[in-house]
Amino acid sequence: MGNTLPNNINELQKGLLNKKFSAVEIVEKYLARIRSYDKKLNAFITVTDELAYEQAKRTDKLIRGLSNRVIKQYPLLGVVVAHKDLFLTKGIRTTAASSVLRDYVPAYSATVVERLEKAGAIIIGKLNCDAWAHGSSGENSDFGATKNPWNSEYVPGGSSSGSGVSVAAGMALVATGTDTCGSIRLPANYCGVVGLKPTYGSVSRYGVVAMASSLDSIGHMARTVEDGEKVYGITKGEDGKDATLKNSSYPKLQTSKKITLGVVREFFGDGLDGEVKKNIEGVIEFYKKQDIEIVEVSLPSSKYGISVYYIIQPAEVSSNLARYDGVRYGNSRSMFGDEAKRRIMLGNYVLSAGYWDAYYLKAMKVRSVIINEVNEVFEKVDALIAPVAPTPPFRLGERTDDPLKMYLTDIYAAVANLSGIPSLAVPSGFSKKGLPLGFQLMGQRFSEPLLFKLGKLYQKETDWHLKQPDL
Amino acid sequence: MHVAKLANLHVSKDEVEKFKRQLGEVISYIEELGQVDTSGVEATSQTTGLENVYREDKTSGCELKQEDALSGTDETHNGYFVVPALLKKSSM
Repeated sequence: MGNTLPNNINELQKGLLNKKFSAVEIVEKYLARIRSYDKKLNAFITVTDELAYEQAKRTDKLIRGLSNRVIKQYPLLGVVVAHKDLFLTKGIRTTAASSVLRDYVPAYSATVVERLEKAGAIIIGKLNCDAWAHGSSGENSDFGATKNPWNSEYVPGGSSSGSGVSVAAGMALVATGTDTCGSIRLPANYCGVVGLKPTYGSVSRYGVVAMASSLDSIGHMARTVEDGEKVYGITKGEDGKDATLKNSSYPKLQTSKKITLGVVREFFGDGLDGEVKKNIEGVIEFYKKQDIEIVEVSLPSSKYGISVYYIIQPAEVSSNLARYDGVRYGNSRSMFGDEAKRRIMLGNYVLSAGYWDAYYLKAMKVRSVIINEVNEVFEKVDALIAPVAPTPPFRLGERTDDPLKMYLTDIYAAVANLSGIPSLAVPSGFSKKGLPLGFQLMGQRFSEPLLFKLGKLYQKETDWHLKQPDL
Repeated sequence: MHVAKLANLHVSKDEVEKFKRQLGEVISYIEELGQVDTSGVEATSQTTGLENVYREDKTSGCELKQEDALSGTDETHNGYFVVPALLKKSSM
């Protein structure tokens, strides 16, 4: 096989079926890239080379045995996947990028991990992230910061930093991630790949280290929207283990009806970087030309999103991290890093007697206000287009001493998590400095099919998603 | 300090100063929520709209073996976890 790896699942599987290359060769190629580039990028915490070879051999055997029928049975056959190290993998160390779980080897796998494996995917390793998924830059990891593959002096975005980097740098075809307030969309945006934060309640959280349980969404990254859709087809749906799940009947796409896309006025205000703004205006122009109606809409309370989030999330974090006592597994609480400590303390504070009303209850009410506004907007439009972050990728170290500034990176991400709606991040160009830019599409709960349609429409006419960093 | 203790976190003197400043900034930021009129608004604790999701009270036949459940620690005793002592022996 040549020097380039397949860009998408279809290309990969065609090559496998036509014997252009074997799954073992593909795995070798990814492993070689990991060996060459990961010292610099630090996207992986654990590389599961032996397992990957074993699964690749099984893949090649399946192709020999079943030939063309094999894809029907294994829709993700041969797809090299890396998991954010928050996803439990039976027998494979799972750290949450925290020293607390440095040596933890789980006794069971997450639903998503199991489903991907059953669909024929090959696991190549476990990915770095901000410890416990706390962060927006990938710098909070106890295993060292992950670097942006487009320029290693810049952050890749977090918390699913390794997920964005592994896909962008061709070290995996698909990577899983979690999004509690932008943690999939931001690194996808900063690394120039597609990121899906699904509807809350559509993909199982079972076996994924919990951060803030009313907000955590389990999603993934890929190069193309089409691949994101394929993976979602496997991960979504009830598993009998996560009671928030619902097998939704996704609304049928009406081809005759004109799609309306809302532009949220508040997301294009003062805080937005000029380059990001100009880039998205270009995307909006693109959609206009595709016969999509553009409507300006307003979410006046969305500006309170980060405040609501930084009450509800730490409250839930303080409860979820209380289980790490170092007794049944993991190390003692003295191993928690600064950000986990900050969030645990903040959470305990907003939940404490005397402050609960003023902070936690208030935040839950403002959350309702935001949700009501979102619901109203979706009476007028089918989907929303917005920036993912206020600025292009920033330099490593630039925001580490200023938690509040770091938190505000996610100001445009919060709405989707607080209201439980899906969002798809799509790359749409580069800044003058050569760093990726992109946009997000949001829709009503369980409107993923519409978001995929809009995303594919954009990728059909553009090639930003095919660009690869010089490493 | 008190909050850290409640959460069973060890925080050094230097850290107390740093966290005080950082968390103080965050708290003064989130206080903006006081401006929002929420009279008559119900609180949202989850977004699924689901209530009382039941399943049959049966095991699925793949329950965790004792050996697996204990695999995360070296500190076991006769098939139990060893936990740090909570009570002190009285010196009577």
